[in-house]
Amino acid sequence: MPTVARRALSPIRLRVRPGGVLPILALLAVLLVLVGLRQPDFLDPPSLMSFLGRSAPVILLAAGQYFVIVSGEFDLSVGSLVTAQVVVAARLIDSDPARTWPVVLLLLVFGALVGLVNGLVTTRLRVPSFITTLGMFLILVGAVYLWSDGAPKGGLSEEFRRFGRRASEDVPLLGRVPYALLVLVVVAALAVLLMRSDFGRTLVAVGDNPRTAQLSGVRVWRTRTVAFVLSGLAAAVAAILLGGYSGVSFQAGAGLEFGAITAVVLGGVALGGGRGSVVGAMLGALTLELLFALMNFYGVSGALRSTVQGAIILLAVAVSATRSSSR
Amino acid sequence: MPDPPVPLLTLRGIGKSFLGVRVLDGVDLDVAPGEVHAVVGENGAGKSTLMKIVSGGHAPDAGTVEVAGARQAFRGPRDAQRAGIGIIHQEFNLLPERTVAENVHLGHEPVRRGLVDRRAMRERTRELLASIGETELAADTRVGRLGVAQQQVVEIAKALALDARLLIMDEPTAALADHEVELLYGLVRRLQQRGIGLLYVSHRLTEVFDLSDRITVLKDGRRVTTVATADTCTDDLVRHMVGRELSSYYPDRAGPDEPGPVRLTVRGAGNRKLRAVDLDLRAGEVLGVGGLQGSGRSALARALFGVSPFTTGDVTLDGRPVRLRSPRTAMRAGIAYVTEDRKGEGIVPRQSVLDNALLAGRAVFPARSGHAARARRVRDLLAAVEVRAAGDDQEIRFLSGGNQQKVVLARWLALDPRVLLFDEPTRGIDVGAKSAIHDLVRRLARDGAAVLMISSDLPELLGMSDRIVVMRDGRIAGELPAGATEEDVVALAVGHTPQSRTEIDR
Repeated sequence: MPTVARRALSPIRLRVRPGGVLPILALLAVLLVLVGLRQPDFLDPPSLMSFLGRSAPVILLAAGQYFVIVSGEFDLSVGSLVTAQVVVAARLIDSDPARTWPVVLLLLVFGALVGLVNGLVTTRLRVPSFITTLGMFLILVGAVYLWSDGAPKGGLSEEFRRFGRRASEDVPLLGRVPYALLVLVVVAALAVLLMRSDFGRTLVAVGDNPRTAQLSGVRVWRTRTVAFVLSGLAAAVAAILLGGYSGVSFQAGAGLEFGAITAVVLGGVALGGGRGSVVGAMLGALTLELLFALMNFYGVSGALRSTVQGAIILLAVAVSATRSSSR
Repeated sequence: MPDPPVPLLTLRGIGKSFLGVRVLDGVDLDVAPGEVHAVVGENGAGKSTLMKIVSGGHAPDAGTVEVAGARQAFRGPRDAQRAGIGIIHQEFNLLPERTVAENVHLGHEPVRRGLVDRRAMRERTRELLASIGETELAADTRVGRLGVAQQQVVEIAKALALDARLLIMDEPTAALADHEVELLYGLVRRLQQRGIGLLYVSHRLTEVFDLSDRITVLKDGRRVTTVATADTCTDDLVRHMVGRELSSYYPDRAGPDEPGPVRLTVRGAGNRKLRAVDLDLRAGEVLGVGGLQGSGRSALARALFGVSPFTTGDVTLDGRPVRLRSPRTAMRAGIAYVTEDRKGEGIVPRQSVLDNALLAGRAVFPARSGHAARARRVRDLLAAVEVRAAGDDQEIRFLSGGNQQKVVLARWLALDPRVLLFDEPTRGIDVGAKSAIHDLVRRLARDGAAVLMISSDLPELLGMSDRIVVMRDGRIAGELPAGATEEDVVALAVGHTPQSRTEIDR
């Protein structure tokens, strides 16, 4: 857990600052060593690449969730949004390859729109985002069931599924690089650039102290709404990858919102906003996936996943709360 | 009046420090049954701290509190309540969705067979209200439907329901309309007749003279004097409230030709907190704004910065009419605002010094000459205002108050503002940083900015300002030239014109 990693590193005080990525990197390294001891071939390029590809959707969702959390809000709707996207894509494409690209575009618009509604309801109608996005979660679940009469219809085209299950073959050194990983790398680079931009710095400032931000001319409502839109877009991309990888079902996105929140918290981002980096959030997601893989290798029941997530959230928040109050 | 044998409340040598700052020092005070004892003093004289000590909110570091001759050591407000001390705060502690009776008995409801006895509760409330002459107020009205004056009556009844013998009233008329003040007077007199002692804290000298039997003046945490109201006059009182050595040096004021053309004009402007404000602010001058807390000083700055905009009246900037609807529009017009609440709305605590200094520019003005150039400019400004930090990337919350304030200043200077609004620019700042900020403010004016500076620190207000306007009750009560005295400012602020001086007309 992060505490242990911090203790171990405390002699190197200089860059260990709250919200930095060093603790999560250390934890990730520890887990990699443990995995390597138990299952040495996991670290070979082919299996590592496919692990990264499989983890891409969750990492993307963590990045999306990061924008919302660092601005001081929550997005609980992303799991059901992913489900809705996959089911909608299957029905609209209906196995017709020609519809692939229009539907991909539509999914992005759909994701952005859901984020926009989340953002506007939260900021303009002043509904706490916890409630707004919980409501959106339920609305999407119900709407998808209704629209598909209780069972997913149609099917995804092979072109659509390509993003989630195919790979770029024969890459030097790495061998097989999943498309999902390529998508992830591009999105991650964009996210990092965004967080270095004026918008990114302003977003964190809004989460840190919205009053100061407002009195410095920030349109707080707009900034937060954009964060929700980014989370919706991230969910759309994650849905495209997930649909391709694991196919169409009502369970496609189940529980992903909590996975994303756990990952963000694990990555050193403060709930309530104002602290943490998008890289930390994405590393948090990777660490979480690696932890699940490790549990798998050691024969721990997969049923414990949500218990582990819950424990991580409580522990991480408790640690950061006691640390910040002691200052 | 002859002193009764046992006072209701006796304070002896009360002292209190916060973080090493002495807020109260050796304060003596007593209240007799049926007496109205007024406590007056400038902002920061220690009135609120003293009231908190009496009502159990703070424990004193030194001195004793006795209630009816028995020594007390309150561990919290409940202990004080049990000893018979009630406090009526400026902000009421009432539940708007509950009835008058429910509020009056909140937390100690009469119980019959394990259930709240509503009838007894109503009956007792009615008796209680009748005993203080409030027969109009129905016990089963929802409190949210009552006016401010009636809510105040409910607060008083609530204290009396707990058998309060001593009531503390903190600025009781601040929220009342003029005709409601008369009702409060009546109420206070009826409370007196019941033998209840009152500690009456107020800025308004008229009230103090109308109601009190004795007056205690506090200044800088010490008791200056306690006098029988009949033996004093407002002139004397004002003199006691002020009068202190000018202990620090201030930069030279603007020379006769320095103030340039009028940059900002305000005509007949008002909103919920301000009425009929007329103001001219010249380029190159520092206009001081004095007045008591709640007199509308901050409201004026916040209206000019578009935080709580004017709803009536006109504002022009360099001759052109402007509508200041939001901080963004004000910033675009060239106005900057340094808030008095640095922690709450001046800094983003967990962001770096550099991010704090860049905040306003990033939010409103796209970097025309490039991001790197802007960051360089801000770094230069941080160096120019002499911010002491471990580095640009240190989180601002680890800096001292003075250094935080300098970063906030750099944030605004980066925008080249034409008008700067400072609200208590040196509050909570150490002496060294204080004079650095004073120098900076003057330098800005010298470079042609129009500066409006609110300050509760009278020596600072007098030392820095080329002109002073004093506010009272949301209006501008008067204007004073450079060289005015503390007495002049306080007299205008409390609404009393000394006979010896004529008000200066501009």
